[in-house]
Amino acid sequence: MVPLSWYILLSAVMFCIGIFGFLARRNLIIIFISIELMLNSVNISLVAFSHYLQSLRGQVLVFFIITVAAAEAAIGLAILIAYYKNNPTIKVDEINLLKG
Amino acid sequence: MTLPQLFFLYFAVSMTGLSLLVVTRRNPVHSVLWMLVLFLHIAALYLFLNAEFLAAIQIIVYAGAILVLFLFVIMLLNLRREETERMFQDQWPVGAGIGVVLAVFFVVIVGKIAVLAPLGEYSIDAVQAEGHIMSIGKVLYTKFLLPFEIASLILLVAIIGAVVLAKKRI
Repeated sequence: MVPLSWYILLSAVMFCIGIFGFLARRNLIIIFISIELMLNSVNISLVAFSHYLQSLRGQVLVFFIITVAAAEAAIGLAILIAYYKNNPTIKVDEINLLKG
Repeated sequence: MTLPQLFFLYFAVSMTGLSLLVVTRRNPVHSVLWMLVLFLHIAALYLFLNAEFLAAIQIIVYAGAILVLFLFVIMLLNLRREETERMFQDQWPVGAGIGVVLAVFFVVIVGKIAVLAPLGEYSIDAVQAEGHIMSIGKVLYTKFLLPFEIASLILLVAIIGAVVLAKKRI
């Protein structure tokens, strides 16, 4: 039997890699992918808890997280394209129109 | 070391490596394709945890819809110039530091987790007797009916927002 803490550890490590990608990369698309990575790592821990607590609530929560992730990706990428039409760059440190 | 533990260790090591590959590739297309492999591994891990429905959803929605959306957006943008520039922002050591500190924090704290809550009614035998999709559907349409409706509203907002934002003239 695989202990529950192994799953939580895997999920935590993936979450931290996602945080690193989110904070360090310049490419906006890879930042979005890092967000998806973090959401997926949380999903793993929820499914693991759901399995070990013998309850289906965690899995239903994962269902909702996938819904929100799909909506977030669609809206975020639409904003990205709308921005790219005005100002053709997707480097986050060059997107500084609001900087004072 | 039993067979399930070996199986899990393979998945843990390969998923960590794949996550690192995803955030360190220069070309976003390569990142997305490594992400696809990572999603297949996650789906297999869901199967390992007796969540067949979520494994199918993971492949259909994430690998089939969201990643294809990412690929389409990469196709719409002209990224040839970006590929030759530096990959990381100036403050990348801060990001790496935050990641490492948080990872150490999790590693220290995870060993103290003990499942204390009372076990629910959906043991593996109960779920297998009823069918996984039927039992998850029962929970979804009774206890979680209001969140389900709110999720449909979120999807509606996403559809309208994406169409409005992608229009030529707003």
